[in-house]
Amino acid sequence: MTIGTIETGQAVPVVGAETPAASARIDLKALYHDTQIDAVLAELDAALIGLKPVKRRIREIAAYLLVDKARRSLGLAATPPTLHMAFTGNPGTGKTTVALRMASILHRLGYVRKGHLVSVTRDDLVGQYIGHTAPKTKEVLKRAMGGVLFIDEAYYLYRPENEKDYGQEAIEILLQVMENQREDLVVILAGYGDRMETFFSANPGFRSRIAHHIDFPDYEDAELVAITETLAAAEGYRFDDGARAALVDYVTARRRRPSFANARSMRNAFDRARLRQAMRLFEADAPVDGEALRTITAAEIRASRVFSD
Amino acid sequence: MPKITQGAFSFLPDLTDDQIAAQIQYALDQGWAVSLEFTDDPHPRNTYWDMWGTPMFDLRDAAGVMGELKACRTANPDSYIRLSAFDSTRGWETVRLAFMVHRPTQEAKFRLERTEGPGRVQHYSVVRA
Repeated sequence: MTIGTIETGQAVPVVGAETPAASARIDLKALYHDTQIDAVLAELDAALIGLKPVKRRIREIAAYLLVDKARRSLGLAATPPTLHMAFTGNPGTGKTTVALRMASILHRLGYVRKGHLVSVTRDDLVGQYIGHTAPKTKEVLKRAMGGVLFIDEAYYLYRPENEKDYGQEAIEILLQVMENQREDLVVILAGYGDRMETFFSANPGFRSRIAHHIDFPDYEDAELVAITETLAAAEGYRFDDGARAALVDYVTARRRRPSFANARSMRNAFDRARLRQAMRLFEADAPVDGEALRTITAAEIRASRVFSD
Repeated sequence: MPKITQGAFSFLPDLTDDQIAAQIQYALDQGWAVSLEFTDDPHPRNTYWDMWGTPMFDLRDAAGVMGELKACRTANPDSYIRLSAFDSTRGWETVRLAFMVHRPTQEAKFRLERTEGPGRVQHYSVVRA
């Protein structure tokens, strides 16, 4: 007796048997261009510095969805694919930014109807008294329908130390919608790696309903410098050569200090450098030209507290 | 069997759920806030229907409203349910679209009642049969 016939004693139909539709040909490349997904992916590559493994995973997901779409058009796929994702990584590694782009990718591929991103945290989902949580969570879910629901710091939903916590109620509603309305919305959970791991082991329902776990690595020093320069360029600033060298030192020093938050730390550093630059120009009390207004010098970076010890 | 006719589309056959969803999507695309109301008293002069939850602002997709409609139907199978779309644009600030999305299997019946007043004046009122 073979494995396939143990249960019923009848022959099991061969999966993937030749159907009339299956012989039709689909040009995946043409489909790829039709969805303009290459534009989004190219933009992703250009706009986001580093994050190689993340980009590769997104490409994989995009390819999978494209193939799924082709299979669907031939009637080979029945149920919609599970697209719920978990983004784990340290603070400031670009989880929210990527989620925004993910919404746009899923929209282009036709897996969400509207392609908007609703970003929430525990406060938006969990109520303060009995009977407050369900309407709140449902309200958020309704707003996210047709798009992507991004739950930042998702592990706060579950508070094991308090058994009366209303977070559990929100989790149950979420799980139900994630399972039953897969075609209506995609849920992305985000948070720091180790705490998400605890969260998933306490809520096995979530782990099994999430198909794609994407881990965001920390940026390397050179990448952080490049990110800061991109940030500055977007705001119409530039670093002179001395400032760029100072920035490299800054990244090394900042990384050793507590509460290092990757790109977010760099944004804050840039914001403070801007303040110092303004102060320098103001106190110099001399006419300034465009170049002076644009340039951040080494002094502004070196003045940081990070270098003080 | 006479049908209660109120709001848009009420002389047409009842809309299917797909058609309702398409209407909702249109309303949402116009930026209107959709809300649901239900009543067991569909008298034309009854303007006070019960609201099913609050009006739904900031929605982008009809699926959210359809979920509420389903819940409302389950909770009030013998009621009339009406969907209205409110336009908050300055100058409009009014309901732009309203139509019935659910009616009970046993429709309410009304008849005309005549009352004779002084000087043989006839007063008419619509009363539940």
